[in-house]
Amino acid sequence: MHTEFLMGNAAIARGAIAAGLNVISGYPGTPSTEVLETTAKVNDGSIYVEWSVNEKAALEVGAGAAYSGARCMVTMKQVGLNVASDPLMSLAYIGVKGGMVIMVADDPGPISSQTEQDTRTFAAFSKLPCFDPSSVQEAYDMIQEAFEYSEKYHTPVLFRPTTRVCHGYASINVKDDSECRKNRPEGFVRDPMKWVIFPRLSFKAHGDIEKRNTELSKVFSESGLNTVSGGEGRKGIATHGISYTYTREALKALDTDAPLFKVGTPFPFPEEAAKAFLEPLDEVLCVEELDPVIERGLVYVCGKYGLKTKIYGKQTGHIPAAGENTCSSVKRAAAEFLGIELPADTKAEDVPPLPVRPPVLCAGCPHRASFFAVKQAMKGVKSVFCGDIGCYTLGNAMPLDMVDTCLCMGAGVNITQGIGRISPDTKCFAFVGDSTFFASAITGAVNAVYNQADMVLVVLDNSTTAMTGHQPHPGTGRTMMGQVVDKVNIEQVLRGIGVKTVETVDPLKLEEAVSTVKRVAEEKGVKAIIFKSPCAVLIKPDKPAVIDSEKCINCKKCINSLGCPGLVIKDGRVSVEESLCTGCGLCAQVCPVNAIGGGKNAE
Amino acid sequence: MQNNILICGVGGQGIVLTSKLIAATAMAKGIPVMSAETIGMAQKGGSVFSFLRLGDDLYCPMFPEKTADLIIAFEPAEAVRMLPYLKEGGKVIVNTHPIMPVTASLKGSSYNGSEMLEYLEKHVTELKTVDGEAACREVGSPRALNMIMLGQAVRTNVLPFGIDDVEDTMKKTVKPQFIEMNSKALRLS
Repeated sequence: MHTEFLMGNAAIARGAIAAGLNVISGYPGTPSTEVLETTAKVNDGSIYVEWSVNEKAALEVGAGAAYSGARCMVTMKQVGLNVASDPLMSLAYIGVKGGMVIMVADDPGPISSQTEQDTRTFAAFSKLPCFDPSSVQEAYDMIQEAFEYSEKYHTPVLFRPTTRVCHGYASINVKDDSECRKNRPEGFVRDPMKWVIFPRLSFKAHGDIEKRNTELSKVFSESGLNTVSGGEGRKGIATHGISYTYTREALKALDTDAPLFKVGTPFPFPEEAAKAFLEPLDEVLCVEELDPVIERGLVYVCGKYGLKTKIYGKQTGHIPAAGENTCSSVKRAAAEFLGIELPADTKAEDVPPLPVRPPVLCAGCPHRASFFAVKQAMKGVKSVFCGDIGCYTLGNAMPLDMVDTCLCMGAGVNITQGIGRISPDTKCFAFVGDSTFFASAITGAVNAVYNQADMVLVVLDNSTTAMTGHQPHPGTGRTMMGQVVDKVNIEQVLRGIGVKTVETVDPLKLEEAVSTVKRVAEEKGVKAIIFKSPCAVLIKPDKPAVIDSEKCINCKKCINSLGCPGLVIKDGRVSVEESLCTGCGLCAQVCPVNAIGGGKNAE
Repeated sequence: MQNNILICGVGGQGIVLTSKLIAATAMAKGIPVMSAETIGMAQKGGSVFSFLRLGDDLYCPMFPEKTADLIIAFEPAEAVRMLPYLKEGGKVIVNTHPIMPVTASLKGSSYNGSEMLEYLEKHVTELKTVDGEAACREVGSPRALNMIMLGQAVRTNVLPFGIDDVEDTMKKTVKPQFIEMNSKALRLS
């Protein structure tokens, strides 16, 4: 054992490695991404690591490896589990041989997600055991236990940290290399009665799963994963995950040791442990994020065993239904529940209005140029712009204002077809990034070609998965095993599925980009434009733009049409923020009086 | 003994690295550390903050309002934004150079940080202002801001270690060609 300062996600990766990890696959998504990245970084070559094209592929690759006796982990964010749910639901019936942990990071808030869905609820739906760590140290320890349970009960298990555990750091105890388990998988052993799903097998498996989960509820009750601590009072608190740490801090600050139930395995719910916790209590406050899983579990246990304990939480309005808990919110809720008076909150007065800093496209981002080009080309033409998931969702912000819809990964290309069926007088555009194109927009493009849609598919190809921190994908020609491989060519893919017009253009060449959009949009059927220009964060910036103050008429057209963070107003004049400007040259092409030089055009 | 430290600013200013250097220095002294940082939607330009806790008996990487011993603010408005976290009598170090958000440019706002600094002067008894831009010029690199701020933070005597300890950690962290510049930045008075 030794001490290291680790991010929660790094601790999960290191814990999995200590448990004998053989294979890890996943798809990037905040806040899960660093688990797979850490594994790749510390990999001595003995672990197979891949970014799969999407979560469904990742889970299926993991399943195959686990069938073959490997210990494997599959990583994704909560909405990724929706993509992987088809194989997940069936795999729950088939089971595994090697330990398989599906690491799904939930995002209360939500801070960077479309939904506030709760993987603990998904666990109950899929009937899979679920582990819910509360700290970086516990994440490291618990993931190792998760592998043991998975292998012992021949089932994939879910492991669901939330953002604050994933992105929290702590100095924790980690195993030395010599203490880590080594797993040598025996390889796939043919057994069609086991690995081929048929109704008869599913019927039998269903019964077995229910029996197993009843047993697991008992096993979990007696394990150290669910604990009761604190003193003798008649009022207790039940909690989980990061909220457990908020509660501990709150109880310390309130100087009380109310009975505390920590639920580490929300499914199967540890009924017996819950019953033992509830019996001496009159009232319990459930401090949870996302769904009221523990609250419902306790209400159920009260009903089942005829307990009179009153259960409070989200369903009774004692804890907010939506959003994150915080140290302060939990302290307030706990104090109120325990009848401890807190000094009234004094709100700071006369605070000057603070500048808001909403997420925006970076200075020099090529997506800005792409959106601007389409906007210019379609000026005065009735159009709809369907967006998708990625940095380019930020094209919705003023002044670009170029995202009319955004739903989930790959949805835009199909939504625009649906809009076109009802609004045939509208030019239909779908914007999709390169990684999202591979993840889930190719099927949508095939759908459009087959069903004779009339639309423009705009692929924003910046040669990386930018939003989650620059992961490689099939179009980049790099793998997580360090290989340089053939790139999957987006233009060829589109031509291969029957898109006849596919034009590739550099969006930073504004005039050419605008005329390309105009020309392509005039054609009938499915057309595609690939705006190809690398992510501004990954390339060496050019010299910053220079504004010729004698020519500049201070019309602010550059600022008002582009909204680039590299252009600011200083002492009433448009000026360049040199620490941010990448010299992309887009503003120079927008300026009506040619007052902007420097950047790419500099000699 | 516990220390709650809040580091805040705008994405791209080197806040996360500053937090890591403090953490690593504390660990080298055998002090347990927890921290948490925001990782927002934007690659650059958003409000960023990092909670850092040093000491024994820590449960949670975050801390509630009115409990920070020290706020290290890389931007004036961000200092004001996070000021509710400062405990009574806590210290604030603030870089006086403002960063204008795009939304302000679009609205033709003249945000220049001065209002924020006035507010801080009025409400913080232990305030130390740092002209980050001038200091960076003196050190000779616009990238030195985080080390300049860190050096000032150590001088508050809130942290359980000295400038030599931080310098040792820095030397192990940054590329060899940047050590001299960073040492100069740390030691700039």
